[in-house]
Amino acid sequence: MRGITKTFGPIVANHKVDLEIRRGEILSLLGENGSGKTTLMNMLSGIYFPDEGEILVGGQSVAIRSPKDAFDLKIGMIHQHFKLVDVLTAAENIVLGLREPGGLNLKAAAARIREICGRYGFQVDPEQKVYDMSVSQKQTVEIVKVLYRGADILILDEPTAVLTPQETEKLFDVLRNMKADGKAVVIITHKLHEVMEISDRVAVLRKGEYIGDVATSETSPQALTDMMVGRAVSLNIERPLVETRNLRLEVKDLSVRTAEGVLALDNVTFQAYGGEILGVAGISGSGQKELLEAIAGLQSALPGAHIIYHPPAPDEPVAGRHVPVDRAGEELVGKDPLQIRRIGVSMAFVPEDRLGMGLVGSMGMPDNMMLKSYRAGHGPLADRRPSRALAQKVKEELEVVTPSLSTPVRRLSGGNVQKVLVGRELASSPTLLMTAYAVRGLDINTSYTIYRLLNEQKKQGAAVIFVGEDLDVLLELCDRILVLCAGHVNGVVDARTATKEEVGLLMTRLKKEGEQA
Amino acid sequence: MTQFIALFQAAIVFGTVILYGALGEILTEKSGNLNLGVPGIMYLGGIAGLAGAFFYELSTPNPVPALCLIISFVCAFAAAAAGGLIYSFLTITLRANQNVTGLTLTIFGGGVANFFGGALNTMAGGVGQISVAATSAVYRVSIPGLSGIPVAGPLVFSYGFMVYLAIAVAVVMLMFLGRTRVGLNLRAVGENPATADAAGIPVTRYKYLATCVGAGISGLGGLYYTMDYVKGTWASEGTIEALGWLAVALVIFAVWKSVHAIWGAYLFGFLTWLYFYIPGLSRSSQELFKVIPYVVTIVVLVVMSTRKKRENQPPAHLGLPYFREER
Repeated sequence: MRGITKTFGPIVANHKVDLEIRRGEILSLLGENGSGKTTLMNMLSGIYFPDEGEILVGGQSVAIRSPKDAFDLKIGMIHQHFKLVDVLTAAENIVLGLREPGGLNLKAAAARIREICGRYGFQVDPEQKVYDMSVSQKQTVEIVKVLYRGADILILDEPTAVLTPQETEKLFDVLRNMKADGKAVVIITHKLHEVMEISDRVAVLRKGEYIGDVATSETSPQALTDMMVGRAVSLNIERPLVETRNLRLEVKDLSVRTAEGVLALDNVTFQAYGGEILGVAGISGSGQKELLEAIAGLQSALPGAHIIYHPPAPDEPVAGRHVPVDRAGEELVGKDPLQIRRIGVSMAFVPEDRLGMGLVGSMGMPDNMMLKSYRAGHGPLADRRPSRALAQKVKEELEVVTPSLSTPVRRLSGGNVQKVLVGRELASSPTLLMTAYAVRGLDINTSYTIYRLLNEQKKQGAAVIFVGEDLDVLLELCDRILVLCAGHVNGVVDARTATKEEVGLLMTRLKKEGEQA
Repeated sequence: MTQFIALFQAAIVFGTVILYGALGEILTEKSGNLNLGVPGIMYLGGIAGLAGAFFYELSTPNPVPALCLIISFVCAFAAAAAGGLIYSFLTITLRANQNVTGLTLTIFGGGVANFFGGALNTMAGGVGQISVAATSAVYRVSIPGLSGIPVAGPLVFSYGFMVYLAIAVAVVMLMFLGRTRVGLNLRAVGENPATADAAGIPVTRYKYLATCVGAGISGLGGLYYTMDYVKGTWASEGTIEALGWLAVALVIFAVWKSVHAIWGAYLFGFLTWLYFYIPGLSRSSQELFKVIPYVVTIVVLVVMSTRKKRENQPPAHLGLPYFREER
């Protein structure tokens, strides 16, 4: 790729980028959020068309005007958001859009899928419907889809963001097999240890511009971070110890059944303390979402459950700002979010689905800030000034990259959307802060900003529940880690002493009757 | 027995009108376009078929049956497909709101049809009522011989060819959507256009084609109505519009499966005419009986949404526009 430029309205996503992809090599594409990695790769896969510059494949200048052109050039991309049709089977998804001679023969397709799986070590059931699959299975289908089309150049956009350590290992084995097979692999990721582990070469983008590339063996995580951010950044996550910890939230025998009738949480019992970050680890879909939603009053619990909120003592730093509630503790089960707020519980919730549950995509930053405060004040008219000021403050403190405050938030990149949401939730100075995948899709610099903010809340005495997926981060940031597995609490470990393997095992193993976790 | 046969026949004839409407709409909705213009499109098909037949019959003293058929059929299909083209251009190319566009098309189709219907009635002169007897007769020819069989004859073989054509279209559509590459691609477009696009399927072309062909099929419902149901005349009292909405309801009733639409259509016809064959109903209880098809649709919707079977849900991207570079 030579001199590639792409703009979206006033936003320049890529500016004169040169990039080289070689066969038999795994290239990591590194950059902060909004640095244009995905945009650049989308131009290779035919989703976008570059405004300027040229793309050469095998020395030939080519125009990739549609995904079909990309397939013809044997370029395949596995998107961050899977491009699969839920109601179709794996095999149907894989042959989708192909123009093979003859009629639709799913049996033959299934046979070829099994052959590909055998060669690289995948597990795919061609007859399985996509909506019945786990995230990692869906990703496998995506990869097989690309290989089925005979791709030689594979681009993976943040493939490990949703995988467990074990699944990531499997994926990396597959990628190494492909490399050995002479294919070119490009992997977009934020996780530096993965970059160091899997790639041969690293290319760095910053604010849409190409910074340079280095051989992985000649660099270090610190050097890469400096290249990405443009200045030196400390890579250690702080973990201050707060002396006084008061019981803030008690969850007893919480069971939740989803709308589909699946038991998502099964007799979950735990405590969360002020001045502590409680990590929640688990394979995605182990009940994390339901747990947070049940506490926030969005999911109804099965009978017999108790969620008791203990307000902070009057002398605590977080106490002064809140309406006093019953000192003996408030039952939250059976209350909706508004009722919970009315009784004086200051809860902040950063949900997993940012644009679905957290923010309104078509509104700008001030209006989104107002979602939490529009009930404030008197009279029928809303006062927009505080929310505008807050939006400005969030933008400056968290370095949100947006053309203007009033730009609809859905036009911002994923990381910036998250910053807006986290900024708003923290501004309400909560006594109980719950975050689900707060750093998913965020670059290192932003992630560290978020960690710093969480630690500040903790020091002020807030109880923080941090649902995470990166075990390294969980182990470095949290005080205790609660491990969920298929809706069960498989154990609560001390994050200061636990090892990654220990937590990884708890995540995947179902606790047997009578066995100690 | 005669009563039952009469009711059965009425149900089939009525059902066939809405079956065409529903089949076209199923094809359209499979591409992710929710075309609420079905009533308008059926109007367009009906009036165009009628006008084509009228001018042909006017131009020659001895109309050839085959030409009567071809001219009216092609006119109806083309006019209805043109209605689909208007809808496609507005919603796919200009990305207008699908509901608003569809409703507008219904009003437009009704207006155009009744305007030209009135004009045709005036041109026909005489009693002020247009009649294309020769063409209508072609549409109403029943299978010779077979229709003479007692009981089975009147029940199964006494209809014009379009009744059987509708069933054939439904079966072909089932095969097309389930067994062919193009059908699979079309379903993907309606479920998840971004995925289809990334898979190299020309989303815009699929949407245009499915919507226009679907509208053409829906328009045949209007043609069948004018040629068979009202026997080659024009009546502007709004029956087609009511039938068009029933067709939309039938799509939901059939959970987007063309073969379910067949028996669903006949059931709707049966329920619609039931009051006529129950003796001693007062005027008001007759009206209550006419509500039954709609009540059944609501019940089906409730049952489907509580069962939550993924295959029975509407196409996931139904009613939403698709723009590749939208984030």
